Amino acid sequence: MIINLVWLVPLFPLIGFLINGLGRNVLPKAVIGSLGSISVLLSFIVSVGIFSELSASEIKAFYIPLFDWINTGSVKIPFAFQIDPLSSIMLLIVTGIGFLIHVYSIGYMSHDKGFGKFFAYLNLFIFFMLLLVLGSNYVVMFIGWEGVGLCSYLLIGFWFTNPSYASAAKKAFVMNRIGDLGFLIAIFVIFTTFGSVEFGDVFMGAARLESGDSTLLLITLLLFVGAIGKSAQVPLFTWLPDAMAGPTPVSALIHAATMVTAGIYMITRSNLLFSLSPLTMDIIAVIGIITVILAAAIAVSQTDIKKVLAYSTVSQLGYMFLGLGVGAYTGSFFHVITHAFFKALLFLCAGSVIHAMSNEQDMRKMGGIRKKLPVTFMTMLAGTLAISGLPPFSGFFSKDEILAHAYQENQLLWVLGVIGALLTSFYMFRMLFLTFFGEFRGTQEQASHLHESPKSMTIPLIVLAILSVFGGLLNVPAVLGGGHWLASFMAPVFEHQGLSTASVIHLDHSTEYLLMGISVMAALISAIYAYSRYAKAHHIPAPDEASRGLFAKLSYNKFYIDELYDAIVTKPLNLLSYFFFKVVDKAAIDGLVNGLGKATSEGSKVLRLLQSGNVGFYIFMMLAGIVALLVYGFYNI
Amino acid sequence: METITQSIQGVPLNHYILLSSIIFTIGTIGVLIRRNAIIILMSVELMLNAVNLLLAAFSVYRGDASGQVFVFFIMALAAAEVAIGLAILTMIYRNTNSTDINILNRLKW
Repeated sequence: MIINLVWLVPLFPLIGFLINGLGRNVLPKAVIGSLGSISVLLSFIVSVGIFSELSASEIKAFYIPLFDWINTGSVKIPFAFQIDPLSSIMLLIVTGIGFLIHVYSIGYMSHDKGFGKFFAYLNLFIFFMLLLVLGSNYVVMFIGWEGVGLCSYLLIGFWFTNPSYASAAKKAFVMNRIGDLGFLIAIFVIFTTFGSVEFGDVFMGAARLESGDSTLLLITLLLFVGAIGKSAQVPLFTWLPDAMAGPTPVSALIHAATMVTAGIYMITRSNLLFSLSPLTMDIIAVIGIITVILAAAIAVSQTDIKKVLAYSTVSQLGYMFLGLGVGAYTGSFFHVITHAFFKALLFLCAGSVIHAMSNEQDMRKMGGIRKKLPVTFMTMLAGTLAISGLPPFSGFFSKDEILAHAYQENQLLWVLGVIGALLTSFYMFRMLFLTFFGEFRGTQEQASHLHESPKSMTIPLIVLAILSVFGGLLNVPAVLGGGHWLASFMAPVFEHQGLSTASVIHLDHSTEYLLMGISVMAALISAIYAYSRYAKAHHIPAPDEASRGLFAKLSYNKFYIDELYDAIVTKPLNLLSYFFFKVVDKAAIDGLVNGLGKATSEGSKVLRLLQSGNVGFYIFMMLAGIVALLVYGFYNI
Repeated sequence: METITQSIQGVPLNHYILLSSIIFTIGTIGVLIRRNAIIILMSVELMLNAVNLLLAAFSVYRGDASGQVFVFFIMALAAAEVAIGLAILTMIYRNTNSTDINILNRLKW
C-alpha cells in the first residue's frame, strides 16, 4: 500500500529544506539545485503512486493517522492525512509543477547570491503546501495555510535590500493575516459547533443541519474571508500584484499555480458546508465576478509584463470563485488544474523574457524578440491560447464549464463572465504581441545580450506547454463527446451520506453549443483586435506621464484601489496611532507615571527642610506629636 | 505597713496629682529649652520620677500593688537609660569638647 507511505511526500521537501537551509553557504550550487529538485521529484513519484493506487481502488477516501498531536480533555486533534481524489490531484499539481519550477530556478537563479536560501525557501514552501493539501482536519490545514503564507512573505521579500520589495512582502503578509483571522475564527466556531475539527466529523454533523442554518452561514462566511485573503479576491487582492517583487519562479509557483488556489481548495474541501448555505454561495459568486471584471480591466492597460500576469491571475481566480459560487466545484477545480498549467507556463515564459532582456520588465521596451527566443515564444503562445479560452486548449474546457454553470444559475453572471473572457483574451494577446512582435525597442546593449534561455529553463517550459495544450482533455464535457473523467473521478468528494453537492448541467446541447460559440467568438474577436492594434499598427502604450482618457486612466492606475485603501484604512490608522502615541501614551500614561515620580521628588525637596539637625526642634516636634496623640485619644474614647 | 499606707493616704490624692504634674512640666520644659545635654538627661529623669510618684500614690489609694511593681520597672529602665545616655554624652564630649546639643546638628540631609 503506497498510500500508507504518504508521509514520505511532505518529508522529502522538508529534508531538502533542512539540508539546503543549513548548507546554503557551504554546498556548491549544483548540489543545492539538484538536491532541491530531486526532493520534490521524489515526492512527485510517490504522489503518482498514490494517485494510481487511488484510481484503481474501490475506496476513495483514505485516512492515515500519523500521531496524536493535541489531546487535552475534550480537544482531540490528531496529526493525520487524508487521501481522496481532491487531495491526490492537488498533490500531483504541487509536486509536479513544483518540480518543474525547481528545475527552472536552477537556470534562472544561477547568478544570484542567495541561491541556497532560495531553494531552501522553495522546499519549505512545498512542504507546507503539501501539509495544507494533505491534512485531514482544519487545524493541520491551517498550519500549512500559515506556513505557505510565511514562505510567500520570505520569497516576495527575497531581495529584501530593496525597500519597495520588502514592503511588498509586508503588504502580502498583513493582507493575508486579515483573511487568516477569518479562517481561524471559523475553526473555533466549527469546533464549538461540531465538537471536532476533523473533516469527516464536521461534514457528518453538518449533513444533519438544515440548509441555510445560521451557524453554517457564519462558518462559511468566515472561511470565505480566509479564502479571499489567500486567493486574492476583492477586496483583499492588492497584495498579489505587489507580490511580483519576488523572483519570477516564485510568482509562477506560489502566486499563480499553488498557494493562491489554496482558498479554492479549502472551499472545495468544505463543499458540503457551502452547499448548505446558499447565501454564502451567492456572495462568493458575486465577489468572484467582481474580481474577474475588475482585475481584467486593470490588466488591459498595465505595461509591466509580470503585472499583467498578476492581474490576470487575480481575474482567473475570480473565475474559480464564480464557479464555486454557482456550485460548479468540479469545474472550478478543473480551472485550478488548467490554470496551474498555463499560468505557471506564462510566468516562466515571462521570466525567460526578463532573463533575456537583462531584467527589463517594461513591455514598452521589448518587442520583436520572437526570432531570438523561439522556444519561449512558442510556449508562451500556447499559454496565451490556453488562457484565452480558445479550443482545443485547456482553458477553453475549464472556463466554459464554469460559464455554463453560471448561465444555468444566473444569466447576468454569464454575460459578465463572457465580458471577462473578452478582456482576458485582449490583455493576453496584447502582452504577447507587445513582447514578441514589432521592432525591438530596448537599448543596444540589451539587444546584444538577447539569447534563448538555457536548457534547464526551456525544458520546463515545453513540458508545461504540452500540459497547457492538452490539459483540457481531463474533463471533456459530454456535449463534445467526452467522458467527464475529472467529474466522475472527483464525485466521491461531493458525496455525503447520500447527499450530493455536485451540480449538474441541465442545459440542452444546442444551448451549450451556443454558449461555447459566443465565448469563443468573444475571445477570437478581442485577439484579432489586439493583433490589429499591437502587431499590425505597432501601437505602443503611452509613457507613464502621458494624459489618458477617463477609463484608461482609471485602469492604468489600478482604479486607485491602493490609494483608496491608503485613504480609508492606512491614513486613519496612522492618525489614530499618532493620537494614541502623542496623547494617550506620551501625555496621559507617561504623564501619570512621570508625574508621580516628580511629585515625590519635589515633595521630598520641601519636606527634607524639616530635618534641620537641631535636636531641640526634634524633641519639640516629638512632644507636639505626643500631645496631638493624646488629644486625639481623648476625643475618641 | 499600716502606718505607711495611712500616712500616704493622709495627703489628698489631688495634691499628688498636682505635684507630679508640676514636676513633669518642669522636666518637659527643661528638655525643651535647655541646651546642655546633661541637664536634658536630668530633666528626663524628672519626668520619669513624676510618673513614678503618681503611680505609687494611685497604687496606695487603690490598694493595688501592681502600680508599685511598675515603679520598679521604670527605675530599672531609667538606670539603664542613664548609663547609656551618659556613655554617649561622654563620647560626644570627647569628640566635640562640648555638651551643647545645638552643636550636634549634623544629623540631617
